[in-house]
Amino acid sequence: MDRPASGCPVPGAIDCDIHAALPNTRVLLPYFEPYWREHIQRRGLERDSFEPSSYPANAPINKRPDWALADAPAGSSLTALQGHILDRLSIRHGILNVIHGAQVMFSEDLSLAFCRAINNWIRAEWLDRDARLCASIVVPPHSAELAAEEIERLAPDPRFVQVLLLAMAELPLGRRQNWPIYRAAEKFGLPVGIHAGSSFRHPPSALGWPSYYLEDYVSQSQGFAAALNSLVAEGVFVKFPALKVVLIESGVTWLPASLWRLDKTWRGVRAETPWLEQLPTETVREHVRLTLQPFDAPPTAQQLEIVLEQLGSDRMLLFSTDYPHWHFDGDDALPAALPPDLMRKICIDNPLETYTRLVKEPVP
Amino acid sequence: MARHVVATVDEIPPGGRKIVTVRGREIGIFRLGDEFFGLINRCPHQGAPLCQGAVVSRLVAPVPGEYHLTRPGEMLRCPWHCWEFDIRTGKSWCDPNSVQARAFDVAVEKGATLVEGPFSAEAVEVTVEASYVVVTM
Repeated sequence: MDRPASGCPVPGAIDCDIHAALPNTRVLLPYFEPYWREHIQRRGLERDSFEPSSYPANAPINKRPDWALADAPAGSSLTALQGHILDRLSIRHGILNVIHGAQVMFSEDLSLAFCRAINNWIRAEWLDRDARLCASIVVPPHSAELAAEEIERLAPDPRFVQVLLLAMAELPLGRRQNWPIYRAAEKFGLPVGIHAGSSFRHPPSALGWPSYYLEDYVSQSQGFAAALNSLVAEGVFVKFPALKVVLIESGVTWLPASLWRLDKTWRGVRAETPWLEQLPTETVREHVRLTLQPFDAPPTAQQLEIVLEQLGSDRMLLFSTDYPHWHFDGDDALPAALPPDLMRKICIDNPLETYTRLVKEPVP
Repeated sequence: MARHVVATVDEIPPGGRKIVTVRGREIGIFRLGDEFFGLINRCPHQGAPLCQGAVVSRLVAPVPGEYHLTRPGEMLRCPWHCWEFDIRTGKSWCDPNSVQARAFDVAVEKGATLVEGPFSAEAVEVTVEASYVVVTM
C-alpha cells in the first residue's frame, strides 16, 4: 500500500480542534451585558485569568515552543494562528474551542454571563475576521436550561458548529438533567463536543486526587470512557437519535478495549437498560467521533494498523492539530503511516459529515 | 430422524419445563400455554446448562424510562452469564442471528396415534388414552 511521506495533512483539511485563548479577561468587558460588566468590575474579576486547572497554560504540553507568543498566552493571536496553522497547512476550516474557567463556575448565572461574553468575543474578534474559522458554543454546563438558552441564541449563526462540554462535570454526562443540552443540540443539528477536562467537582481519577499533572492528564481517557458509558447507558442516543458526539482530545486508542468490555457486559445485563437494543459498539460507531490529537499511538506502524482496524470504522476520526498544545513537531500533525484514502477521510470527508454546517466547497 | 416420546402432557404444566435425554442429548422441554418447545440444554456461549436458567419475560423500552413487560415467561436466561434466549426459537436476544441455542421440533400426539408407531419411548409408558410430548430428532 502506498504511504504518504509524512503526516502533513492534505490541503483543504478541516482542523477540528484549535484553541483560541483570551489574551486576558479585560478584553471580554465590552462583550458583557451592563449588569455583569458592573458585577465583574466591582469584584475585580477582570484581573483573574480563569485559567482552567486541567490546562495550565505554561505546562510545556500546552504550549508548543515555536507557537508560543512573546507577550501573550499561546493561542491568543489570530495573526499567529494564521501563520502557524491556517495558511501554513492550507486549512479550509478551523473549529475554535475555548477552554475557560467559565465552564466550571459554581454560580450558574455568572457562568452563563461569561460564556455569553466569550461567544460574543469569539464571533467578533475571530469569526468576523477570518472566514475559515468557526467555533463551538461555550455553555454553562451545570445548568442545562441556561445552556440550552445559549444554544438557542447562537444557533442561527451557522459559524457556530458545535456545543462544547467537558468530559468530567458535576454529573455523568448521560444523566437526564443534562438532556435539555442534547435536545437543543439535536434540534439545530449541532454535534456536542466533549473536551478533555474536569470541573473538579470530583477527583479526575476515580481513586481520589492525584499528586501530579501526569496522572491528571492520563486519567482523562478514563474520564472519557466513563462519560461515554454514561451517554450510552442512559439512552441519550435512543432519546436523541440524530445527535452526534465528538470526543475532543481523548487520546483515541483507549476506545476499542473499552467498547469490548461494554459490549460483553451488555449481553448479560441488558435487561436493566432495555432501551439499548443494539450492541453498544454499533451505537458508538453511529453517533460518536474522535478528534485525532493527542493520538496515543502504539510504537509501530503495524500495531497502528491493528488499532485502526479495531476501531472498526474509517468514519470516526477527525483531523485536529490541538493548536497550540504540543503533540507533534513541524507539520506532521497525523501519524505518518496512515494510508492515503484514510488520510483524506480524516482530514476532509469525516469532518464534513460530522459538522454539517460547514460549507462543502469543491476540493482544489 | 425418529420420534421420541419424552413426557406426558400432564407432566408439564403451563410455564413448566422438563429436561429429558434423547439419544444422549439433554433437551429442555418448555410449555407455553398449550404449546411445547424444545431447546438443547447447552448455552451456545460457553456451554452452560441453559435449560436450568430462569424463565423470564422480554423487557423492552422504546425510549429510556418507558418500560413494557412483553411476552411474559417466554424467555430463558442462561444461569451463567444471563444471556437471554427466546424459548420459541432458541435465538439469543443480544445477537439473534449468530448466537442461537439449537431448537428441536416438539409436538403433542395422542397415544392412539403413537401406538401405530414407529416411535421410541424408553422412559415413558404410552397408553392409548393419554396425550404425549414427542420430540423429532
